[in-house]
Amino acid sequence: MQQVTFRVWRGEHGEGDFVEYVINVEDGMVVLDAVHAIQAQHASDLAVRWNCKAGKCGSCSAEINGKPRLMCMTRLEDLPLDQPVTIEPMQAFPGTKDLVADVSWNYEVKQKIKPFKPRTPDEADGTWRMDQADVERAQEFRKCIECFLCQDVCHVLRDHHKHDDFIGPRFLVNTAALEMHPLDTEDRLSDLRHRDGIGYCNITKCCTKVCPEHITITDNAIIPLKERVVDEYYDPLTKLFRIFKPKAKDA
Amino acid sequence: MGWTTHECDVLVIGAGGAGLRAAVEASAQGASVTVLSKSLLGKAHTVMAEGGMAASMGHVDDRDNWRVHFSDTMRGGYYLNNWRMAELHAREAPDRVRELEAWGALFDRTKDGRILQRNFGGHKYPRLAHVGDRTGLEMIRTLQDHGIHQGIEFLMENTVVRLLKDGDRVSGAFAYDREKGRFHVVHAKAVVLATGGIGRAFRITSNSWEYTGDGHALALHAGAELVDMEFVQFHPTGMVWPLSVRGILVTEGVRGEGGILTNSEGRRFMFDDIPELYAGQCADTPEEGWRYVTGDKDSRRPPELLTRDHVARKIVKEVKEGRGSPHGGAFLNIAWIRENMKDSEAHIKKKLPSMYHQFKELAGVDITKEPMEVGPTTHYVMGGVKVDADTQMSSVPGLFACGECGGGLHGANRLGGNSLSDLLVFGRIAGAAAAKFASDQGDTSLDEAQAQDVEAIALAPMERRDGENPYEIQHDLQDVMQDLVGIARAEAELAEALEKIKDLRTRADTVCAPGNREYNPGWHTALDLANLLDVSEAVALAALGRPESRGAHTRIDHPDKDPELGKVNTIIGHSASGAIEARHEPVVGRTEALQEIIEEMG
Ligand SMILES: Cc1cc2nc3c(=O)[nH]c(=O)nc-3n(C[C@H](O)[C@H](O)[C@H](O)COP(=O)(O)OP(=O)(O)OC[C@H]3O[C@@H](n4cnc5c(N)ncnc54)[C@H](O)[C@@H]3O)c2cc1C
Ligand code: SF4
Ligand code: SF4
Ligand code: FES
Repeated sequence: MQQVTFRVWRGEHGEGDFVEYVINVEDGMVVLDAVHAIQAQHASDLAVRWNCKAGKCGSCSAEINGKPRLMCMTRLEDLPLDQPVTIEPMQAFPGTKDLVADVSWNYEVKQKIKPFKPRTPDEADGTWRMDQADVERAQEFRKCIECFLCQDVCHVLRDHHKHDDFIGPRFLVNTAALEMHPLDTEDRLSDLRHRDGIGYCNITKCCTKVCPEHITITDNAIIPLKERVVDEYYDPLTKLFRIFKPKAKDA
Repeated sequence: MGWTTHECDVLVIGAGGAGLRAAVEASAQGASVTVLSKSLLGKAHTVMAEGGMAASMGHVDDRDNWRVHFSDTMRGGYYLNNWRMAELHAREAPDRVRELEAWGALFDRTKDGRILQRNFGGHKYPRLAHVGDRTGLEMIRTLQDHGIHQGIEFLMENTVVRLLKDGDRVSGAFAYDREKGRFHVVHAKAVVLATGGIGRAFRITSNSWEYTGDGHALALHAGAELVDMEFVQFHPTGMVWPLSVRGILVTEGVRGEGGILTNSEGRRFMFDDIPELYAGQCADTPEEGWRYVTGDKDSRRPPELLTRDHVARKIVKEVKEGRGSPHGGAFLNIAWIRENMKDSEAHIKKKLPSMYHQFKELAGVDITKEPMEVGPTTHYVMGGVKVDADTQMSSVPGLFACGECGGGLHGANRLGGNSLSDLLVFGRIAGAAAAKFASDQGDTSLDEAQAQDVEAIALAPMERRDGENPYEIQHDLQDVMQDLVGIARAEAELAEALEKIKDLRTRADTVCAPGNREYNPGWHTALDLANLLDVSEAVALAALGRPESRGAHTRIDHPDKDPELGKVNTIIGHSASGAIEARHEPVVGRTEALQEIIEEMG
């Protein structure tokens, strides 16, 4: 048992300050446990989101000692406990209260992305056949738990506030999952270029580094999408070809 | 008046697999649909489901069909299931899985490109469609991404406090939003409850803060009944160490992939005692067990893949008799498969990726090399709102229930994988029936006075100047349930629990939540408390009324099954005075034809 100080951001709609709480911590505790202990012992109205406590739901995103992380998967023993542990909400989104950020923008962005549109079934019984290898490519992107930590860290959103022009790494991953879905026939390349602002991404890879699901966001999702956009818009031959053959899928 | 009113045909409370499937269906049938959920979209419990969803597609073993699935479900439920629900579930699950694929879900594949299926406890053949060990995420994301393009209205982070009624009929719900603490009245022609379970009533649980039995309590208050509340599933394998992660689930998929349970002496204790009901279905040797998990059709399952109630009891027994692991559990070992497999490490990481990370990151254990320590954790409630099998409507006109908060399908014990399929099958049925009810029965009238009463109830904890801390009462209740109404029960302890719950109710009447209405978890916890107390009382009362051991319900003072109690379900309802009462009613839905299937399958 050890006494540790936590500096927790308290406030509403961006107005507020850090408040220090001292609690006893035990072996194996994660940051979310500390927040719960503070709630139970010192501040019952301390606002925080969480559900699964096992890194599966993506609710408990926050910035711990300045780094975007899941509170439920950050063990205290991996932090320097001789100094106060700072916990604050994600900074790329407006604050709601305390550790809760207003992430509603993400839900609006998702709504705009063209939904899945499968090819006609392969078999008479209405089912499809797919290879495990093809499935796996899109499965990597479908691991996303929508924690929005990648959105939080991306400088285009965080520092340049391009929320109106750039959908952010999460939704590039989302688009990649759809585009690389073996059955999908929709075309999202024009949206990517004109509306979703894929050009804003300058491949800094910060998003990949924070992804708790270890999705290789930049290399596997964004770069291939960028290549497709380039092929589509700058390669006249491909473009001509596409007039005759609407969409060549990977399947 | 302090609320905003929303209008819709069908109100769905809950955005897990069941609620989303119901909403999609009701909307497809032409109803206007509003969905409320306590958390953000995509964060409901369903997202945590790991192992898979059961459907007898027969892709891996073509001997499988709905009749085998039906009979496995009934045997698993000790024949207390609603027979008709078990039939519908087994018949319709394959179509529901294929439908998810048509909406974009990407399941793991067989060699010939079809949906792959894996073994799970109590299922005779490999039956669980899955995506590694994150099947629930695939399911909820698919439904969510499909649903948001259907014109459904989603009000996220809105918690329902009470249902509203128009005479006998349900007419909507009263809710608060977490963000600002504002009140909302949703006026509807039909309401579908899909609120999930009650795990937060116990100290050690795999369930999140949301699982406070809201739907169960809302239904009771509205005059509906609950069934099978004594049956709470304690999953045999939760994490036991570190303390702070105690209870977090270790998927049964670990055992499905060949994981074995051993005690401190290194003995595979599950071989010691095979229950009669499964005598002919279990492997005789570890070698046969391994052949089974690697797909040999002529072998029988290893004893680790017996039903959850049995495995949980066996682990408790080993610990009690001093053969437990250092932190009071048993060892679950998947690393051992390297004896039989060259690339076992890669295989484990591929098949159980989130388990690998969970143990690596939370416990510092590498499951490809070392055993895990596991012990029972409160996981699932078989009991739920009593509904009609073919419509999912409760005894209150216009009030439907599906998913974990619905009752009947699982009887005395649920098989793994039967929940995700349950959500889809009965979510769809409930959504369709609710849409039909709304269009057949038309408008309800909204009673403002009822809404005002609920508003006063909701504000009370905030208006009290001093009183008890809600977290403390919740904590004490969890201790009562864990210690007195847990995995091994006895009459005196159950009676004591009921007394204590009464005291806790008195304390809850003075609960106080300081702070303002904006995103105030203390206030939310205070409001959840009333529901937790109702469901806890229902569980304890039902358990007291069943002096026998069956399925998930174990009475140490009555260790055997009582054949007479094997013919009845416990029904919980409100008496005229508002007290919670229990009675028994005969099991429903049994027909000659279904009985023949059971006999034929042996
Ligand atoms: C860790 C874990 C692993 C599991 N693995 C499997 C598996 O492999 N296979 C399987 O078949 N089953 C599994 N289960 C069980 C299964 O996941 C659940 O039973 C199932 O997901 C419940 O779904 P649901 O739609 O009924 O409820 P949930 O998904 O829990 O959704 C409930 C919804 O209701 C909302 N809600 C609750 N109360 C209110 C209220 N008062 N007002 C408004 N909204 C409310 C919540 O916010 C939420 O949106 C697992 C469970 C856990 C915990
Ligand atoms: S790689 Fe692109 S999307 Fe990712 S953080 Fe950098 S700029 Fe943002
Ligand atoms: S891509 Fe990774 S970091 Fe981004 S939202 Fe998904 S899980 Fe989170
Ligand atoms: S609580 Fe679910 S990811 Fe942390």
